[in-house]
Amino acid sequence: MAATARQRIGWGSANTIAVVLAFIPVLWIVSLSFKTPATITDATFWPKEWTWANYRGIFKTSEFTHALINSIGIALISTVIAVVLASMAAYAVARLEFPGKGVLIGMSLLIAMFPAISLVTPLFNIERAIGLFDTWPALIIPYIAFGLPLGVYTLSAFFREIPWELEKAAKMDGATPFQAFTKVIAPLAAPGMFTTAILVFIFCWNDFLFAISLTSTTNSRTVPAAIAFFTGSSAFEAPTGSIAAAAVVITIPIILFVLFFQRRIVAGLTSGAVKG
Amino acid sequence: MSIETDTAIAAQAPAKRRTGRPQLSEGARAERRLGWLLCAPAVLVMIAVTAYPIGYAVYLSLERYDLRFPGQAKWVGLSNYGAVLSSPYWWQALKVTAIITVISVIIELVLGMLLALLMHRTLFGRGTVRTSILIPYGIVTVVAAFSWQYAWTPDTGYLSALFGNGAPLTDTTQAIAIIILAEVWKTTPFMALLLMAGLALVPEDLQKAAKVDGATAWQRFRRVTLPLMKPAILVALLFRTLDAFRVFDNIFVLTAGGHNTGSVSILGYDNLFTALNLGIGSAISILIFICVAIIAFLFIKGFGAAAPGTAVKR
Repeated sequence: MAATARQRIGWGSANTIAVVLAFIPVLWIVSLSFKTPATITDATFWPKEWTWANYRGIFKTSEFTHALINSIGIALISTVIAVVLASMAAYAVARLEFPGKGVLIGMSLLIAMFPAISLVTPLFNIERAIGLFDTWPALIIPYIAFGLPLGVYTLSAFFREIPWELEKAAKMDGATPFQAFTKVIAPLAAPGMFTTAILVFIFCWNDFLFAISLTSTTNSRTVPAAIAFFTGSSAFEAPTGSIAAAAVVITIPIILFVLFFQRRIVAGLTSGAVKG
Repeated sequence: MSIETDTAIAAQAPAKRRTGRPQLSEGARAERRLGWLLCAPAVLVMIAVTAYPIGYAVYLSLERYDLRFPGQAKWVGLSNYGAVLSSPYWWQALKVTAIITVISVIIELVLGMLLALLMHRTLFGRGTVRTSILIPYGIVTVVAAFSWQYAWTPDTGYLSALFGNGAPLTDTTQAIAIIILAEVWKTTPFMALLLMAGLALVPEDLQKAAKVDGATAWQRFRRVTLPLMKPAILVALLFRTLDAFRVFDNIFVLTAGGHNTGSVSILGYDNLFTALNLGIGSAISILIFICVAIIAFLFIKGFGAAAPGTAVKR
């Protein structure tokens, strides 16, 4: 089917509009982060003078550097634990017959739709009582709990697609159970687990409500929460530039994920919901 | 660790077929045990973090509990609920939440469908569009919210400059419109991806047959595509409606709930961390939970949205 010139122009402009709309707010925050204090209130879309000062400024404060370490550490630990636990459950859901499977799925679904605010009040009180408040586990535990439904869902969809007969075939060819797993099954399961890990990581990286409610200091406050409480490098300066720079820094990993793993993310997001 | 046990089962499989009944039930029992064992850690974590706290929240909501005077906690029955339900703040917040939810989900459905059709049908640049729309999906909500906030700040923002340098975030209606804009920008891509997956399930032959029969593009969409996509649309709507009802991040950054723009989540947060009233805050938490349950029930029973869980069993 050869496209006519008109069709090309039509699709081309529709594509362009979609891409531009997706990028404008991101470009704007990038632009703000490079503006000098004198020009930050000039309301132009692009900076007239460029400066790295905002970035140098935030990396000098422990407020930001600690938050960045917290964000990375908390998100990574939560993701690893959630994916391991979710893989076990998803394997059971995809391959084994056992009563209570429906209950597990129903429960995951319920939690996926759970209003986080309903948990914030009791968790706040419980964590204060047992001394978890404002520590890494204060956030890691709820992140695992909310990452699990997403993980069980996505992974059971992926695991159902794996041709498990290959394992038997490998054993018939003389592979030990361990070899059959490491050489045949693990390579087939890894992409799904990796995709799930990206989705869970994005969820943890993104969270704001738990982060502002269950932390109170640089001990465990993550970047989204920290920037909401930024005060600026001096008392007389609006923190616009610092907030913009910090915002750009935590957007970089997201952009990298999207650029390198676009296909996987799309597959992961759609597999659980539609095929599942 | 799940793996060795599993391969053990796989190894048993031929054996149990040969020896018949009693062995088979042995295998089934082992499979059952393994299934439970593998699910146990996930179930325990989910229960510890959701079921237990929600039960505790019910308990707290029946007490008068002010964090400034923790020693004076006292059982007061349902009076916290009475206080919340007779307060204009709750109804205002519920109204704002409902408005934001309904309008943003409708806009997202329309835009998401257009975007899904674009990604499904476009002749070139499909990868570029998909990559680009994943950016709003992936970006931290707070980051996007700050971008919108500064864009609408007088003397700072390009959008404010474009629209006469007003301060729309201090006006209830305009601020809600901006909150909806921020929600729509952030979540339309997710809606579009779910709908695109639904579109992929519509057989190309049916489209062609309708075309041969002389159906216009609009008729093909109305009569062929939409009915076949109904399950995908309902699932997408269910997900997004429940998600939109929880709106918090965007409002917190854009207006902090000022000028009557607070959602129920903002109200709950404020009652806990500003008013330090644990009893009232818990009552609000429970009421929000009930609202979400009602919405989910309406979608699943009323519209016949397949709860995705039921499909997984298939």
